[in-house]
Parts: sequence; C-alpha cells; structure tokens
Amino acid sequence: MNTILIPVVIVAAMGLVLGLGLAVASKVFAVPVDEKAEKIRACLPGANCGACGFSGCDGYAAALSEGKTDQTNLCGPGGKDAANGIAKVLGVEAGDVKQMVAVVLCQGNYSNVGLKLDYSGVKSCKMAAQLFGGPKQCTYGCLGFGDCVEHCPYGAIFLCDGVARVNPELCQSCKMCMNICPRGLIELYPVEEAHAGVFCKNRDKGAVTRKACKQGCIACTKCVRVCEAGAVTIENNVAHVDTKKCTGCGKCMEGCPTGAINTIMPKVLK
Amino acid sequence: MTKELLAVLLTAILTQNFVLAKFLGICPFLGVSKKLNTAVGMSLAVIFVMVLATAVTYPINQLILVKNDLEYLQTIVFILVIAALVQLVEIFLKRYVKPLYNSLGIYLPLITTNCAVLGVVLLNVDNGYNFVTSLVNSFGGGVGFLVAMVMFAGVRERLESADIPKALQGLPITLIAAALTSVSFLGFSGLIDNIFR
Repeated sequence: MNTILIPVVIVAAMGLVLGLGLAVASKVFAVPVDEKAEKIRACLPGANCGACGFSGCDGYAAALSEGKTDQTNLCGPGGKDAANGIAKVLGVEAGDVKQMVAVVLCQGNYSNVGLKLDYSGVKSCKMAAQLFGGPKQCTYGCLGFGDCVEHCPYGAIFLCDGVARVNPELCQSCKMCMNICPRGLIELYPVEEAHAGVFCKNRDKGAVTRKACKQGCIACTKCVRVCEAGAVTIENNVAHVDTKKCTGCGKCMEGCPTGAINTIMPKVLK
Repeated sequence: MTKELLAVLLTAILTQNFVLAKFLGICPFLGVSKKLNTAVGMSLAVIFVMVLATAVTYPINQLILVKNDLEYLQTIVFILVIAALVQLVEIFLKRYVKPLYNSLGIYLPLITTNCAVLGVVLLNVDNGYNFVTSLVNSFGGGVGFLVAMVMFAGVRERLESADIPKALQGLPITLIAAALTSVSFLGFSGLIDNIFR
C-alpha cells in the first residue's frame, strides 16, 4: 500500500506547495498595471510595425501614458481612429492625422530602362544592388526584385513590369518598405493632399539620366518655372514637389518633357 | 578536482554538446536561430534556467526522492519543479529586474519544459555527479547551447541570401545545415579525453 501512497502523497504535496508558492508570488510580486496604457493599447491596431518610432504598440502605449510623447497621431496603420481613441483616453485634442500612403518614386519599367547586364544571381534587390549597381541602366531606380513586396505585411505592394507599385487601398503606411528599399525610393505622401510628385530619384546630370531612362528627371527646371505656387525645387539634379505647397493644378505634369512628374494620388481615393 | 570540473565543462560544451551531439533542445535551435540577437537572448536564458534548475532539483532529488526510493519519479517531479521555478523567476524578474525581463522575458516561457533543460538535470543524476559538478555540467550545457545557437544563427543568416532550390527552401535546407553543423562537431570527439589524460 505504502509503495503507492507515498509517491502519490509526495508528488501531490509538491504540486500543492509549488502551486501555492506561485499563487502567493504572483500576488506579492504583482506589477501594478498601468490602466491608461492598457486603454491606449486597446485603441492601437496591434500591428507592431514600429511606424510610430517606438518598439511596437505596447511601447507606444507606454510612452503615451508615461508622458514621454504627447503626439497622438503617430500610428500609421491606426490612422484617425487610433488617434481619436488615444486622445479620448488622454483627454486631449486629437492631433491632426494625415492619412499617408507609400509611393514608389520610380518609373523605370522595362520599356523605359534598358538592361546593362544579364543578372542571374539571387532574386533580391539588396544583393542585385551590390553588383555594378544592379542590372538596370539606371543606378538610382527600382531594382524590381521585390524586397518590399516580401516585407509588406499587408500585401499592398506588387511588381509591375520590373517596378514596384503600392496599392493605396491596402497600404497602412507602416514604413516597412521604406526601410527595406536599398534605393530609398519609397516615400509617404498624404492621400488627400498631394497631387503631383516627381517619380524619379536619379541624381545624375540630365544627359546621363536621359540615356538611362526615358522617363527620368533631367533637371531641366521647366517645372520650377511653370509652377505658380513655387512648390517645385531642384536639388541634386532631381526635381522635388513640396506637397504642402502643391495646389494640384497639374501644370508641371503637362510641362515635364520626359513625364517624370505624375499624379501621386488620383482624387477619387477616400 | 579543478581538472575534473574543467573536463566536465569542456565535455558539455564541445564533445557532448546538448544540441549537436545529444539532439536535445532542437525546437528552439531551429525556431529561434533566425537572428543572432534573439539566438543569444534565448541561449542566455537557457544557461540561466539550466543552472538554476540544477541547483533546485539536486537537493530535491537527494533529500526527497532518493531517501524514499522514488528515483523513478524523477522525470515528472523535475518537470513540475522546473515549470514552477521558471514561472517564479519570470514573476520575480518582471517586478525587480525589468531590463532583464524585457530581454529574456519572452524566452523564459519557451524554456519551461524544454527538453534540454530537463535533459541536463536528468543526466546529472544519471552520471552520479555531485552538486558542484552538476552545476558545472549544467553551465557547460548552457554554454554549449549558446555556441551551437550562435554558430547556427550565422549559418541561417547566410542561407537567407543564398539561392536555394525550390524543393529545399525553408525547413529542409535548415535541417540539412543543422546536420552539417552537427557533423562538424564530431571533430571534437576524443579531444577532451586526450587533453585530460
């Protein structure tokens, strides 16, 4: 009888002692939970993308509740809803949220850009960029291997004739693609405001750019002259449209001899 | 004595490596070795828990189980004790050592019933080690886990950028790489015996 009873008693006693010990410990060492942070966390989408600049949603919620930041509009995926929710919890005015969307600033598809080498290595932008600046003639443009496509958590990016494109309906502006693009071609633009954008990042002189790509920016300054709002500037041989000043008149697009300037957002969106 | 301990330590790290020679703890070895910093974090947690588990289970084994002729209960009792212990450590760290909890916290629950941790305490008993030797063996086992994880994380990072045939992509090539890493560790066999002869 004892051969059965003793082990049962010993194991049961151990389980009881350990269980009670844990129960006591969890009460004694309980960490006071920050209720404000919990509430804020509930407003956030939980994508943990890091677009706010904190270590995921929990980090952002903690920073807000501890007062390390007072910006309620940092969450890209959450957008207006998240900002309003946070503002409600904190009892402050909601920050102005601009719905942003990622845009790949390149038009170097295979009909615009020639190939300078027959690349048969690893299908990755990061790898291809290290070999003579990639297979395409233009060493500033989209490499077209889709590192961003792979890293987009929302499946919003696709490849179209060798250039990555973002579907604005799916984009949550988490900035994952911006960080992964070896060329730094992807930028965020406000959905409702921006009307014109320069789809080129080629910093070579005009003649060199023209040889590389049919739709590259050759820095001819025509857009600068034609813009009435003074929104277009040229820096490093490439034009740039200030979305804050752009009125969306479309004159720069019409004036651009290569077609490097294009609409960022068709107005139909949202 | 020191010589013996050193032999035990090196054996645990190199010749009898828990992951690569005994094939214990394969789950975290394959699961958490994708990035170097997570691999190191996990390994440090394993070292910590291995040593702690040995320190706690040794007296329990000697004072309760052996005294009552209940050695056959070792496995179940050790699982119970280690699981409770890891929970306790987690609660404790969360309260008092927040930075350590933030870096090790997510790995601790994973280790709760890790076979490498359970394996090291059971092997300590099987080999009849005394308390100090047991601790050294556990520490060595943890360090061996760290070595294997760090090496393999390096291999995995290289695999990321390699052009792998489609049929082998993902887990198959990882297992092949793990097997090759394991074979490379065979090179250490006999090393310890010859050094400490």
